[in-house]
Amino acid sequence: MVRAMDHHSPALVADDLTLSYGSVRALDGLSLTAERGAVTALLGSNGAGKTTAISCATGLLRPDAGTVRVLGADPWRSSPEHRARVGVMIQDGGLASGASAMQLLRYGASLHADPLDVVEVAEHLGIDTFGRTLVRRLSGGQRQRLALALAIIGRPDLVFLDEPTAGMDPSIRRRVRELIRGLARTGTAVVLTTHLMDDVVGLADAVRVISHGRVLASGSVQDVISSHRSADGALVLQATATGVDPRVAPALEADLRAAAARHGAQLEITSGGAADLESVLLDLMDQEHPSAPGPDPVGPAASVTAPSEQELR
Amino acid sequence: MTATRDRSTEARSERTPRPAPALRRILAHAGLETRVLLSNGEQLTVAVALPAMVLIGLWLLPLGRLEGVAAVDTAVAATFATALISTSFTSQAILTGFDRRNGVLRWVATTPLGRSGYLAGKILATLTTHVLQVVVLGLIALIIGWRPELLGLAAMVPVWLIGTVAFGALGMLVAGTLRTEAVLAVSNLLFVLMVAAGGVAFPASTYPRILSGLVDLLPSGALGELLRACLASGSFSIGSVVVLLAWAVGGTLAVIRWFRWTDS
Repeated sequence: MVRAMDHHSPALVADDLTLSYGSVRALDGLSLTAERGAVTALLGSNGAGKTTAISCATGLLRPDAGTVRVLGADPWRSSPEHRARVGVMIQDGGLASGASAMQLLRYGASLHADPLDVVEVAEHLGIDTFGRTLVRRLSGGQRQRLALALAIIGRPDLVFLDEPTAGMDPSIRRRVRELIRGLARTGTAVVLTTHLMDDVVGLADAVRVISHGRVLASGSVQDVISSHRSADGALVLQATATGVDPRVAPALEADLRAAAARHGAQLEITSGGAADLESVLLDLMDQEHPSAPGPDPVGPAASVTAPSEQELR
Repeated sequence: MTATRDRSTEARSERTPRPAPALRRILAHAGLETRVLLSNGEQLTVAVALPAMVLIGLWLLPLGRLEGVAAVDTAVAATFATALISTSFTSQAILTGFDRRNGVLRWVATTPLGRSGYLAGKILATLTTHVLQVVVLGLIALIIGWRPELLGLAAMVPVWLIGTVAFGALGMLVAGTLRTEAVLAVSNLLFVLMVAAGGVAFPASTYPRILSGLVDLLPSGALGELLRACLASGSFSIGSVVVLLAWAVGGTLAVIRWFRWTDS
């Protein structure tokens, strides 16, 4: 009876999570769910709280308040049996630098009773082409593929993928997306974080837009995208001048209008309920000049610029 | 779409992913750690080449000897202590420090291995490396005239185990509290200091009186004295046992209290 309920309830249920790093509030009442057999994308800019949310769901961080249930269990007190059902690809890889790629993949498989075939997985993700290379000599994209392989090698019921396609070339990215879709088709719940709209459209079944540690929009991909568009179909960015130094607000607004125009988006200045001018501008500039190597240039829809709560309703 | 998803979900419900048995997980991790350690040139230098240099140096030079005891016997005792510190402390501090920086410790915590399995595998890897060190260094010692007594070798085992815990804990403490660059510097510096001036290469009795009392209280001093007692007919001191045990217990408690699994 318990197992039957277990298999029909959402794979992930997070409710009102809050977590602070010192004075910085990383999660601010975040609630979300992820269904089995579906790809759920957590979309948001850097620092939005995506990785912190995943860290709470994988038991790496304990929230200050709120609850999180993963496959019906508290991840903070997870057993080896529970962890065998959850695959995790963390953002910085988590790969032992002194081991070779195939050594590490075989090691990952040996932690599970009934893993996928190591050779097949390696071939599918092209790991066999650099299997004997030490991890410290792999490129960023190769490390990503290896980390992904390690996350799925145990045939998990739920897999967390933190920025799974970052740093990958387009052909490998396509293959990885096919693999992720395949996982969902076989019933695996996939939760991925991304700031690339490409990763959401055509891949995710559901999307949760995260900003400032909260879920600002939730639903199907089309629902969320349309909530960011005006009646004529143009993308709408919202920002507020509330709380911004009045001496710099006009200049910020001018810069933001110019940046929004470059992205083909409209700008709405609100009295509240949205991110401030500077944050939105920085988000856009970050996409135009990404500081980290790897991510593709993305369109304005990938900018999570805190749509107003009214708009989301 | 929903029906398809329901069917596939039902199909998965027939088989739940399971972890490998605990022992297999730990052995897998110990195997990986041992291979990584032994395939790393720098680590191999610290684990075998440096202790071998200590062995040859102390055998040839009139240093660190005890009256009436063959030079090779005191040299072997100092060499085994050096080997233990190199692997339990220096190598483990560096490997764990890099694992922490690279996010390995975070990833491991999400796998069926878990943190406890990671630590158990690490201890097993350290002991395996020790055995290989003793075999290689023992063979060199036999070639230059070492003739060990079985009783002495048997007495060395518990000392070796306590020493492994004490220095392993100190290595983890360095790895889990400092930045990786600092881990490299501190672990190598402490290794040289402990071997050269901490009662390993030279018995505490050869130090000036004001320093010998301090050296007796160091884990390296206690380990050196106990191994000389086992292998070089030195005097067995219960005080050294207490000191080494205290470092083992204190070090373990410190790791539990202060070790950080992430670099942030």
